[in-house]
Amino acid sequence: MHSDRAPLGLKVAAGLGLAFMHLPILLIFVYAFTTEDKSYQWPPPGLTLKWFAVTWGRPDVWQALWLSVKVASISTVIALVLGTLCAAAVSRTKFFGREVISLLVILPIALPGIITGISLRSAFNLADIPFSFWTIVLGHATFCVVVVYNNAVARFRRVSGSLVEASMDLGANSFQTFRYVILPNISTALLAGGMLAFALSFDEVIVTTFTAGQQQTLPIWMLEELVRPRERPVTNVVAMVVVLVTFLPILGAYYLTRGTDTVAGQGK
Amino acid sequence: MTSAIRFSGVSRHYGDVRAVDNVDLDIAEGEFFAMLGPSGSGKTTSLRLIAGFERPTAGEIRIFGQVAQGIPPYRRNVNTVFQDYALFPHLNVRDNVAYGLMVAGQPKAQRHGAADGALEMVALTGYGDRKPSELSGGQRQRVALARALVNEPKALLLDEPLGALDLKLREQMQEELKSLQRSLGITFIFVTHDQGEALSMADRVAVFNEGRIVQIGAPETIYFRPETPFVADFVGSSNVLPPEFVAQLTGRKAHGALRPEAVHLSEQGHSATVRSVSFLGAATRIGIRIGDVPMTMLLPKSDTFPKVGDTVTVNWAAEDLHVMDRA
Repeated sequence: MHSDRAPLGLKVAAGLGLAFMHLPILLIFVYAFTTEDKSYQWPPPGLTLKWFAVTWGRPDVWQALWLSVKVASISTVIALVLGTLCAAAVSRTKFFGREVISLLVILPIALPGIITGISLRSAFNLADIPFSFWTIVLGHATFCVVVVYNNAVARFRRVSGSLVEASMDLGANSFQTFRYVILPNISTALLAGGMLAFALSFDEVIVTTFTAGQQQTLPIWMLEELVRPRERPVTNVVAMVVVLVTFLPILGAYYLTRGTDTVAGQGK
Repeated sequence: MTSAIRFSGVSRHYGDVRAVDNVDLDIAEGEFFAMLGPSGSGKTTSLRLIAGFERPTAGEIRIFGQVAQGIPPYRRNVNTVFQDYALFPHLNVRDNVAYGLMVAGQPKAQRHGAADGALEMVALTGYGDRKPSELSGGQRQRVALARALVNEPKALLLDEPLGALDLKLREQMQEELKSLQRSLGITFIFVTHDQGEALSMADRVAVFNEGRIVQIGAPETIYFRPETPFVADFVGSSNVLPPEFVAQLTGRKAHGALRPEAVHLSEQGHSATVRSVSFLGAATRIGIRIGDVPMTMLLPKSDTFPKVGDTVTVNWAAEDLHVMDRA
């Protein structure tokens, strides 16, 4: 007889697999509370909340956090605008080289970050652009656009083309059609894409190391802290915050795009 | 008569494909006009040319006397009922119907009132708060109709509007569309591949084939006096008789059209072999062959029918054989 219940062995294996992936993250959380600050000693000799206060008082943490939030926000906005426009062009119109453009847009996320980083660095050098906040933003936007584009293009395909024609037919100009028909139908996809883009940018290290000047985004700051140990648990506190800040948008994106497999406007 | 839509030498080519090819057309104001043809014959493209979704490659379109060139769809005084209805899935029925008035800047109370009025006209009172996904196919079709009509267009364009409905609903909607058109008095332009629909609803029918109009006329004319073998065959499946056979009968060497119901069993006439017998309910369709000319005849209800393989004698009134002088 066929059973819907998994055999015990499979359950154990699955449990071990999940534990292997997630226990180390839990470990990071635990070390945020340890009383020992030179090396990561197991088990922690004692637990304390003082590192939260220490972290709160460290201006370098705040600077890095603020820079990361700014970079992620601006990259996401750029990605939303460019990604949506590009998705609209690729899914709504036919033109020579459409497939090539589609591929070129997706390429940055398929390329290893180090290639993107090196090529951007040499390009900035060649063009005599000084490394600054904006070079980080540009670097991040290259892969943020992909995420938004992918989400938007999938949704654009589902929104039936006759909806746009119906809107025009009923007297709406292009702007009104975008505002009242296209945007409401793609908004959840854009929100999901935007959240993913934000999360990607927020914990990006590789491209940032190549495109940043003296600035430290939060992940870069963490890397430096690990190399140069001083009040080590502060890094763990920050790591906890990063996990939460990036996890929530990804969870949100998951829920927003879930259950939208029906084609909008297909109704017959 | 005042002209609602006029095509002068209108063509729409996509590369080598002549979707619409040098079409002349004059649709009168208040007319119920059908564009009939198989898929790919140019009828839908013609409709889209009127709506403004396509631009002609050549020729001129006038909508109520005004040259349509350069006028975008949203400034044309015509509205479309789309084949897939194209209702906005994120809006409820009332906001769907009120959409045209909303983008025109009408205040909420006023446009919602007008929308409810339009819904009443299509017998959907009380459905305003539902989402399109909660409606049946027939109801969506009515919403699409109300959404177009609430803008008081001077002409309504309907693109295969009944195609997705089942037979009974389709017949009911045909009646309703007809009476709606009569009471509103506006021009209806109706695209269909269903010759029965075109014949029963329209004042005039244009038969499209390969991007051209092959015949325009009243339904009776199209049905009884087809001008080409294509029209004879496509509109109500007439028997298209080869010129040699017609020459023997009439002395004129041209294709002939003979309606299946005009052929009957007879004491004297042509000897024929029965090839197939299909019971259709009200009538029975019998495939026969006179010499090497295949033909179908439609016999009304009767007690006895010939069987496959029988030899029968058939005949028809001479005036029922329509000789088509155009090839």
